[in-house]
Amino acid sequence: MGTTRREVLKTGGGMTLLGLLAAAGWLKPEEATAQAWNKGAFEAKTMDETMKAFGGGTPAQSKDVTFVSTPDIAENGAVVPVGVTSSIPKTESIAILVEKNPNLLVASFDIPPGTDPTISTRVKMGQSSNVYALVKADGKYYVASKEIKVTLGGCGG
Amino acid sequence: MADPMKIRANVVGDSTEVKVLMSHEMETGQRKDAAGKTIPAWFIQNVSATHNGKTVLSAQWGPAIAKNPFLAFKFKGAAKGDKVQITWVDNKGEKRTDEAVVG
Repeated sequence: MGTTRREVLKTGGGMTLLGLLAAAGWLKPEEATAQAWNKGAFEAKTMDETMKAFGGGTPAQSKDVTFVSTPDIAENGAVVPVGVTSSIPKTESIAILVEKNPNLLVASFDIPPGTDPTISTRVKMGQSSNVYALVKADGKYYVASKEIKVTLGGCGG
Repeated sequence: MADPMKIRANVVGDSTEVKVLMSHEMETGQRKDAAGKTIPAWFIQNVSATHNGKTVLSAQWGPAIAKNPFLAFKFKGAAKGDKVQITWVDNKGEKRTDEAVVG
């Protein structure tokens, strides 16, 4: 009986150690990425909350922020190409937001000096919505918007 | 391990245009499976690009980036034959780095 108890303890202890290792293995990279990932901004559900998470006020409308190769009508909401160019000097970052998605913020790009303030990617859209390009330049926020209609199943929407 | 990224880097005028196609599910955490259970979110959170050890772009992504993400950007200062490295890290801590030669 004694050996059984020992064995049980051994296995139990081994499991716990493995569990701990796994937990440590999972936790470490998450902690590392959490620092560079603005959780508050990505979980915000309104424009105001998002701006608060960025630590900025109401962004100014700007004609110097433009959408490039972005469609007016997207046939498939799962893959909508969006490109943003800023001609504001000292552009530090560009963010893409979709107004009617569960969380507005799609992505934010930091633009170091020497990199052109123009990026393009593909986003998901739940439904037709305004898409915002938020640009931080010289500590101030600027925004431009564009409406993209999403056709669902090709039957209009 | 995730599939390798497809990276193209070409000198266009005075800057280098980089196009990246990554291979990732980008699960939003909003969808439900056939049994009605929510499929947990699984998406790329951080992307960075370096050239000669200097960061030329860093990005934070949410789950609303489309599946198998595409990214294009331009930077100055690279010559033909230089290497550009792209790294992504997802919310499970998995990461992948690939590099391409500027052509």
